[in-house]
Amino acid sequence: MTARSNPLAAFSDPHLCAPLLQRLERALEGKELRFMEVCGTHTVAIFQSGLRSLLPACVTHLSGPGCPVCVTHDAEVATFLELAQQKNVIIATFGDLLRVPGPDGTSLKHAQAAGAHIEIVYSPLDSLRLAQANPQSLVVFLGIGFETTAPTVAATILTAQQQGIKNFCVLSFHKLVPPALQVLLQDVECNIDAFLLPGHVSTILGLEPYAFLAQQYHVPGVVAGFEPADILLALCLMAEQRREGKPAVVNAYRRAVADTGNARAREIMDAVFAPADALWRGLGCIEQSGLVIRPELADFDAMRRLDLHLPATTKVTGCRCGDVLKGRIMPNACPLFGKRCTPAQPVGPCMVSTEGSCAAYYKYNLE
Amino acid sequence: MCLAIPAQITEILENNMAKARVGESDTYLTSSTMLLPEPPTVGQYVIVHAGFCLHTLSEEEAQESLKMFRDIAAVLETENQGCTVKPL
Repeated sequence: MTARSNPLAAFSDPHLCAPLLQRLERALEGKELRFMEVCGTHTVAIFQSGLRSLLPACVTHLSGPGCPVCVTHDAEVATFLELAQQKNVIIATFGDLLRVPGPDGTSLKHAQAAGAHIEIVYSPLDSLRLAQANPQSLVVFLGIGFETTAPTVAATILTAQQQGIKNFCVLSFHKLVPPALQVLLQDVECNIDAFLLPGHVSTILGLEPYAFLAQQYHVPGVVAGFEPADILLALCLMAEQRREGKPAVVNAYRRAVADTGNARAREIMDAVFAPADALWRGLGCIEQSGLVIRPELADFDAMRRLDLHLPATTKVTGCRCGDVLKGRIMPNACPLFGKRCTPAQPVGPCMVSTEGSCAAYYKYNLE
Repeated sequence: MCLAIPAQITEILENNMAKARVGESDTYLTSSTMLLPEPPTVGQYVIVHAGFCLHTLSEEEAQESLKMFRDIAAVLETENQGCTVKPL
């Protein structure tokens, strides 16, 4: 590819969409299709493009647990806040986490105002530069994110080891997408007909980890890109699979996702992290759905190095983030939505991140 | 924070790093190529997330996908004109 001909730009051509909508309506045969996406970028793409207003009335878009900030548990936020109290610690974090309220309603933003040293970084690698510039402090990177982000954090830890940077560690609360999909399918109240599978997570994972969707639960899963035409094509494939009675997991984003994923990124992730049970907001504890740092890299594990523990917390009264993330209710069915909980004053994390279900619903669809 | 963006490699740097241009803009990202199975070359498009290249985009697949989208449009257009084309 050259700068003169960028074939990627052609995917945003709106003229690609009308025929796909026609094909979708035909494949639906008037039957309801409740599809769930599990990626914050899909959430925003669907709302921002206006695609929801074009979809046939029988198609219901559910925005599931695809925003890493949204699924960060109260207890994990409480641990961030505990960490912020420690002396000689610099917290390095993606900006999205700064305003997520913990169990007592305070956030890292409040901690920062009270004097905690918190730096927003674009890349985990930036934390290493921060550590080198502040040799008297311990830089702790807040590790949240799915399989897209975990390899970048793993690569950063290996780089720190290689370069002998000792005043750096990671608080790892990374989460894995496939175990969460399994929990959603086991809950009969969720009632999901098909999954729009996350493009960037799948860049790493490939198709195999999702095979159980079709094999065990007979639910179609389509890996999709982020242009409206990509999403419409995925919906066509879901509806056609259902019409044919042949659910499958397929790749409709071949320009960016290899069926086998990125084996090198997975190797690096596996060298640093091991699967472990993890807490998800709204979904509770899911077996083997998180990533902890392997014992041989304990020096880079903030939990071990600083002897941190997840506290027991209680749920914020009235916040129904959990039901939103499971697709049981639409965001505006939460009693706090648009009243006590707004993007300016969020109660739950789904309203904090710009990729959160509630924030997107509030911004693009407030009725 | 899930955001990953396509960018075109403009320069290969030392220590598994590369400079990449975002779209047609003047924004350039310096990103690690450590997670790519093969080192990228200048001119290739990569997906960048949190300072790391995650995947080299396939031009061949991109062109095939575009052709498929356009074929769908062509078939439905023909059908709408009353011709008998087998539905997709």
